Amino acid sequence: MTAFEFIPNTLEDQRKMLAEIGLSDVEELFVDIPAEVLKRFKPLGLKPISELEVSQLVSRMASENAHTGQYVSFLGGGIYDHYVPAIISHLISRGEFLTCYTPYQAELSQGTLTWMFEFQTMICELTAMEVANSSMYDGGSALAEAMLMAKNITGRKRFLVSKSLNPHHRRCLETYAWGVGLELIDVPFTETGQLDRAALQPGELDDLGGLIVQTPNFFGVIEDLSGLKELIKDAFLIVSVNPISLGLLAPPGLFGADIVVGEGQPLGIPQSFGGPLLGIFATRMNYVRRMPGRMSGRTVDADGRVGYVMALQTREQHIRREKATSNICTNQALMALCATIYMATLGRHGLRKLAELNLQKAHYLAEKIAKLPGFALRFSGPFFNEFVVRTRKKPSRLLKALRDEGFLGGLDLESYELLDGNNLLVAVTEKRTRDEMDRFVKVLKGA
Amino acid sequence: MGNTIFDIGEENRIGLRLPALDVPERNLTELIPAELIRKEDPKLPQVSQVEVVRHYTRLSRMNYGVDSGIYPLGSCTMKYNPRINEDLARLPGFAHAHPLQGDELSQGALKLMYELGEYLCVIGGMDAISLQPAAGAHGELTGMLLIKKHFERTKELHRRTKILLPDSAHGTNPASAAMCGFEVVPIPSDARGLVDLQALKAHLDESVAGIMLTNPNTLGLFETDILEITKLIHDVGGFVYYDGANLNAIVGRARPGDMGVDIVHYNLHKTFSTPHGGGGPGAGPVAVVKKLEPYLPVPRIVKNGNRYSLDYEYPHSIGKIHSFYGNFGVLVRAYAYIRMMGDEGLKAVSTNAVLNANYLRVRLSKVYKAPYDRLCMHEFVLTTKGMSEEIRTLDVAKRLIDYGVHPSSIYFPLIVPEVMMIEPTETVSKEELDYFADALIKVAQEMRENPQLLKEAPHAVPVYGASVRRLDEVRAAKEPILRGHFP
Repeated sequence: MTAFEFIPNTLEDQRKMLAEIGLSDVEELFVDIPAEVLKRFKPLGLKPISELEVSQLVSRMASENAHTGQYVSFLGGGIYDHYVPAIISHLISRGEFLTCYTPYQAELSQGTLTWMFEFQTMICELTAMEVANSSMYDGGSALAEAMLMAKNITGRKRFLVSKSLNPHHRRCLETYAWGVGLELIDVPFTETGQLDRAALQPGELDDLGGLIVQTPNFFGVIEDLSGLKELIKDAFLIVSVNPISLGLLAPPGLFGADIVVGEGQPLGIPQSFGGPLLGIFATRMNYVRRMPGRMSGRTVDADGRVGYVMALQTREQHIRREKATSNICTNQALMALCATIYMATLGRHGLRKLAELNLQKAHYLAEKIAKLPGFALRFSGPFFNEFVVRTRKKPSRLLKALRDEGFLGGLDLESYELLDGNNLLVAVTEKRTRDEMDRFVKVLKGA
Repeated sequence: MGNTIFDIGEENRIGLRLPALDVPERNLTELIPAELIRKEDPKLPQVSQVEVVRHYTRLSRMNYGVDSGIYPLGSCTMKYNPRINEDLARLPGFAHAHPLQGDELSQGALKLMYELGEYLCVIGGMDAISLQPAAGAHGELTGMLLIKKHFERTKELHRRTKILLPDSAHGTNPASAAMCGFEVVPIPSDARGLVDLQALKAHLDESVAGIMLTNPNTLGLFETDILEITKLIHDVGGFVYYDGANLNAIVGRARPGDMGVDIVHYNLHKTFSTPHGGGGPGAGPVAVVKKLEPYLPVPRIVKNGNRYSLDYEYPHSIGKIHSFYGNFGVLVRAYAYIRMMGDEGLKAVSTNAVLNANYLRVRLSKVYKAPYDRLCMHEFVLTTKGMSEEIRTLDVAKRLIDYGVHPSSIYFPLIVPEVMMIEPTETVSKEELDYFADALIKVAQEMRENPQLLKEAPHAVPVYGASVRRLDEVRAAKEPILRGHFP
């Protein structure tokens, strides 16, 4: 028998324990499994390997992957190459944060419950909303859950969806909408890249559950949310945001948004091939009892000391079962801790500065590219840290040339079927330097 | 505010300097219309880096994790989280890979996902898999959508309206079924603690879309009639969904697919050792039999020769369930775990998980009542009902904190009053099991001799991870304070 480092029992331990139970062989513990089932068993055909060997094996696989330490990345589309401060990985790696469960036993979980409370507060501040939960799976599922919540409150099944929504999120939305039988209706965008308000005709607004928009949208264009809530009245205004942009942009809460969601990855979370991510979810206090997800709430202990517990659990599946506001249980807690530490570290004015770096650099690059023959900005609307370039040449060819020079050049929009012609989506974060951008432009020019 | 990061710091302190702008600065209002610009910075903390580090270090010390000691939450499988897996998930080739960088540049990640999928299929005895679901409940939702899609395609959806659910099921099961518009029909447990076959048969007709089973169930009992149950469901044209939350009991020696199951979700954060992180991230891959394969979420990972790619071309797919491909970082950890353990190690997992549970069960059922007094699998239930007029299971749990151990799950499953659901896992030593059992036995004695000790627990004794006395949950529900406010 191989000894395993994660299993303390020795044969001697097993013998003593079996004696206490009154058995003589461990196989006798499994008598309830039908013999037929045991007989059908097939192994993986894998021998155990040591930590050293698994480290070599998996490191080899990792090295077969390109990454943004190797390439200079202008790739976005929902996941961004932001700088992650060093302290985050160190702090979240503390075993007391990493290896604990959902804080069901509040007295042993004040650390988790306190940072959850902080996270909720920070998200409220960022979005100008009244209440936030402590995480959803990702931007896509957060958006879908927002739609379900709006349907549950309004009782209506029609949802208008901006065509400039991130198509990856849009496809999640479609899956959930089909699951509960909701109708999604496209709202087109104009030549500015913004929502076409002319399409929001009174007829379209009848019996409406909600309007779903994203800002900055998939094309990087900033939406003007003013007046939308007034237009759709008691239907829900659901806004998906990039949290970094809210360091600089007026928050959706000020425009009457009913639910604000977003992908929290930019807040100190590695790109990690698209997961684990962080779904942000915030709403109005009126709706708090209809909201999905876990929340921490403040209370006091037997001595009157401030403490935190999981709040309003009667919304949740472990109590309400099929009548719960959502089925969510395990969420993305550790990623929300990353975001909490990130926002605390960047701080009140730091997030603004960071957003401005993104904005200024993106505009520097956009302007340079737009001056090249064969290139033009696709949209005229204001943008944040990402923009669409219309190209004469095939983006696939440009991306190939860029890759040969060490760049992840952006996202070819062809397969998304949102725009005609050749379009390249380019993202610029604070990590990009003037030198990198100048070289990028040079490669484009020569491609 | 109360011990938060907002209670420390000073105006203009910063936790991180940013590089200076290296391009010509433009006027903000040239770039964005003034009305779209934020007038006031969000009221985030203003703290120096050392304050951030000290604050979160202090908070971490107000927590109890698997690293602190035994954490016997039933159905949560709080096993040790190998640190090598943390390092591997943080390798630059994984942590800094962009999900849209293209197949050609992502061969390592795709290969890992493909192989993990293959392993999980073999472990579950299934034919095909999606790694997209981010958690167990997300997997359940995916599974229910697969069933829905199938019946939509066979034009039976109008009559296939019911999902049968044993009353011992996790709360996520009925919630997931309801999210897909299915009607949930509870099936009672019988005196054995197993699915009541007669009651089940009474509900069997062509309105049944499927059944959701957890096996072993949340009482820690293996459904000995599993082959008959799956046959009965198949006979009326329904599907059997297997909630893999309790897979740790049988991994390496028995497979859901061999029991006639059609859909399985795996909790990689339970059976496959990835950390719970205070509530997530987890991963809930869903595997299916051939018949349901066409409906799996896209993209799927396919292998051609030695090349791996993401394939969206499945016209009958339910679509996407995650923004990208699931919690990839969690998948890396689970892959490394499976490779380290191999067949022999996985079998040793279930052997020792079940042995440890039975050892605790035998020791504790001399003092507490075991409502189902028989061999258990990886977990078991006890009740305090009838032991005291005034003491509840909640008090027992809180008193355990004074002994420096984490309590078990309590008040679940719902079918046993005043229940404790105990799952020690294979990664605790006999000494720890004995310490836990001794503590719980001592608490039973205190219950008789000095019940006040239990009622007032925890006592804020210097115990690792404990920092407060019993918290007022009622107050938090009545007057919810869910965020801080600023002057």
